[in-house]
Amino acid sequence: MTRRIALAVLAAIVAFVVLGPLVWPYGAEQVDFSSRNAGASLAHPMGTDQLGRDVAARLMTGGRITLAVGFAAMGLSLGLGVLVGVLAGYLRRLDGWLMRLTDMFLSLPVLPLVMVGVMLFRDRLSATLGEVTGLFVLVVLAIGLTSWMPTARVVRGAVLSLRARDFITAAEATGTRTGAMITRHILPNIVGAIMVSAALGMANAVITESALSYLGLGFPPDFPSWGRMLSDGAASLREYPARALWPGLMISLTVLCVTYIGDGAQQPAERPAQS
Amino acid sequence: MLTYSIRRLAMAVPTLLLIALVIFALLELAPGDPMAQMPLTVSDAVRAEMRAALGLGEPAPVRFAAWMWQVFAVEPRVLLDTVLGTTLAEGLPRVQSWQSRSPVFAVIAERLPQTLWVVGMAYVIGILAALPIGIWSACRRHSPVDHAATAVTMLGYAVPPFFSGLLAILVFTYWLGWFPSVYDTTYRVTGWAGLRFQLWQMTLPVLVLSVQTTAMLARYLRAAMIDELQSLYVRAARAKGMGEAAVVLGHALRNAMIPVVTIVALGLPQVFGGAIITEQIFRVNGVGHLLITSIQASDWPMVQTVTFLLAILIVGFNILADLLYGWLDPRVRHD
Repeated sequence: MTRRIALAVLAAIVAFVVLGPLVWPYGAEQVDFSSRNAGASLAHPMGTDQLGRDVAARLMTGGRITLAVGFAAMGLSLGLGVLVGVLAGYLRRLDGWLMRLTDMFLSLPVLPLVMVGVMLFRDRLSATLGEVTGLFVLVVLAIGLTSWMPTARVVRGAVLSLRARDFITAAEATGTRTGAMITRHILPNIVGAIMVSAALGMANAVITESALSYLGLGFPPDFPSWGRMLSDGAASLREYPARALWPGLMISLTVLCVTYIGDGAQQPAERPAQS
Repeated sequence: MLTYSIRRLAMAVPTLLLIALVIFALLELAPGDPMAQMPLTVSDAVRAEMRAALGLGEPAPVRFAAWMWQVFAVEPRVLLDTVLGTTLAEGLPRVQSWQSRSPVFAVIAERLPQTLWVVGMAYVIGILAALPIGIWSACRRHSPVDHAATAVTMLGYAVPPFFSGLLAILVFTYWLGWFPSVYDTTYRVTGWAGLRFQLWQMTLPVLVLSVQTTAMLARYLRAAMIDELQSLYVRAARAKGMGEAAVVLGHALRNAMIPVVTIVALGLPQVFGGAIITEQIFRVNGVGHLLITSIQASDWPMVQTVTFLLAILIVGFNILADLLYGWLDPRVRHD
């Protein structure tokens, strides 16, 4: 029930962000000094900012960046986590080493390291890939490389419990190769665990990107993500609170929906234990 | 148990060395140059001299070894000196901040009380608030109270601190005018009125940080309590006519607290991480703020030392959590 609502709201957010700019009459960078700092009106339902730019239009383009970073970083961390988890769970020789690596990564102070990494490599990547692409790649790499560990642990646990099942033994007995074992028998049976990790990873990526932008280490002001808009809006919080509230609301709503979806995916697996 | 503790502590040493190496390598690989801020008129010879003064003349492995030696050998002696009044560390080089030209650990010691006040207080309050919420919603599952508590904890989980902090400032400072939005760290507590002012100005940052702790802990405690309340010993306790309060608090809670205590230990370093953002919102002049200003000023000795100290905290509390678990739950003694 709540999961359906969460899915619907998330779909609405994605539609707002992806389809919105196609039909919305204003551009995100369209400056209009005659209607600066306007409140909510029919023409600008979320008002305008200090340069007369439409806040709704900026929310749409900002959301594209935030959600794109979220999806890409989630994909990277999920890929790494599943790879490490399956290898550790299925190949006994690698298990000890990979889990020790996972433990070490879990002990890293993530937020400071991500901040330092973005700060240090921003200029070089911006120079080679262009400002926005470079920053996008950098933020996705920084978040993805520091958030794969929980997925790896969960996947390893799921693979280990799968290995004890009869159909795996049967498949091994018929001489199935390792690659086919993993893609045909292991992965399809741990999809549930992976989906939960994906939801949590997405929530984590959106929050980390917003935190980076909030601390001034994310996207530049002319290419605002939601976190950047929130931090810009915080400067005029007393006079124009709506400017910070809208992006903050979008971030929170996205994280809330994604978390609820992950929660819903988790419950069927828990049910037998509650009998 | 003792051998296990010793083994865990011994295992922590290579982990910490590796983490230190990762942090050092990250800063080493970076293209930034601490000399980049210097005016172009400074000649190359002077530049080389300045690099040597900053300790940059040596090759990287030597500098890494020197840093580790300073952190693990020199700084403990300095600590002993200040506590006992000895002179063990006299003449030994300490980790120097490039920005303030003073020992890194002295600057950290200056900033630490502010962070500890806010973070520590927030953690204690967060735990105290999570206990009744978790217990109540586990005992009255699917009641309106449970649903409300779940919704609130989900909100506390989903609303990031940089947004909840702004919301708190907006409502309590700008609309209601109850609390200040900026934390005055220069304030010295003298007498009861001073203490009241200190508590008053701490309210908002502590509130924002503790909501996160409460959200995390209440969810874990609820799940653990539900598990315990369904177990046979609870049924037995009820069957022999024990009061509900004794069953819940005396039996179920004690067992449900075992995983929660480890979560509490594991979560503390994360709260320090969250404090980086909260300190930025409320302008608390603490360690998190120090880290951000050092990153912006390319003060690498400060950045790598603060980051490494955070890593030590994480590793230390991990070990503490494992040992606590074994101590509280004899079934998982690691012998």
